[in-house]
Amino acid sequence: MGLAAADSQFHVLAVDDSLIDRKLIERLLKTSSYQVTTVDSGSKALEFLGWHDEDERNNSSEETSVSPKNHQEVEVNLVITDYCMPGMTGYDLLKKMKESSSLRNIPVVIMSSENVPSRITRCLEEGAEEFFLKPVRLSDVNKLKPHMMRTKCCNKDDDDDIQNQKPENLEKQEINGEEIQTVLQLQQQQQQPSQTNNNTNKRKSMDEGLSPDRTRPRYNGLTVMSN
Amino acid sequence: MEVDQLQRSFLEYSRLLFHEGFLDGQFSQLQLLQDESNPDFVLEVVSLFFEDSERLLNDLTIALDQQNVDFKKLDAHVHQFKGSSSSIGAQRVKNVCIAFRNLCDEQNAEGCLRCLQQVKQEYLLVKTKLEALLRLEQQIVAAGGAIPMLNEFC
Repeated sequence: MGLAAADSQFHVLAVDDSLIDRKLIERLLKTSSYQVTTVDSGSKALEFLGWHDEDERNNSSEETSVSPKNHQEVEVNLVITDYCMPGMTGYDLLKKMKESSSLRNIPVVIMSSENVPSRITRCLEEGAEEFFLKPVRLSDVNKLKPHMMRTKCCNKDDDDDIQNQKPENLEKQEINGEEIQTVLQLQQQQQQPSQTNNNTNKRKSMDEGLSPDRTRPRYNGLTVMSN
Repeated sequence: MEVDQLQRSFLEYSRLLFHEGFLDGQFSQLQLLQDESNPDFVLEVVSLFFEDSERLLNDLTIALDQQNVDFKKLDAHVHQFKGSSSSIGAQRVKNVCIAFRNLCDEQNAEGCLRCLQQVKQEYLLVKTKLEALLRLEQQIVAAGGAIPMLNEFC
């Protein structure tokens, strides 16, 4: 597979239990020339992504995972999900994806109608790339491309020895001046259940690999975050 | 009516609705997503909102009619209603929903009943106004004109 080409090749899976919000996010994404699939629950999302419970648990103990595309029928470049859903929440979905050897490299974005700082931090620490406050706008959707481009370039690096990998994908996020590394770095490390609080690792300042538009807060509508 | 007359009426009416708080910037965002390839987008979303709202109002009425009100369930319905009204820019409806949720938290049945009446009222108002606005839009399109952008309200 070649490098990322036209936007029309990016496929986004949108998850939301609200029909209106599904329609909205679909239009927003299509306007940005992405292919879109919408589902109304986390479990349907996992189904679409080809997630199989037993297979994931078997794979997690291996050094080199099976090809990431093994279980996926259709390639998905990004998952954008509502937080509050009956049954499996967006957070639960995020967690399941990050625990899965085949799905952990798919960037996940969370949307929520509620501005709850602890919720936001929790999602980011679990590995969400972005957290959008609803209603989501075009300006939010415009922030998605870099995450998808990164996946297109780096998917084949999954099995490389991590020591030799340049930290090109490390990013800095700012919340009230604090720096929290995305868990993307953790994804590239060996499979360990180390999603536990690695806050100490995350406070390093990252100068490498920063793109200019990363320096401003990315949380739509957020002004103050309490610690 | 002439196209430009219709367009002026549309803009005037929109401004009024924004000014009175019936609609907010999110409604303009919806307009932005409408184009030649999706000429009925706003109409479709608004129609969905009407259907959804009627169902929710019904559920809310039933929930509050119970001997022992299940406030958790009530809150879940209001949360949905708040979400959908927010998504289409129905500001006043959304604001009543916010107050409604607080009353659910307090388990204040009487307050909730009053709020339900209020949200029904606000919903009916915005429904009437949106229908009128969309009719104007349709007239403009039928007369061969373009729908003026509500950029100032984004």
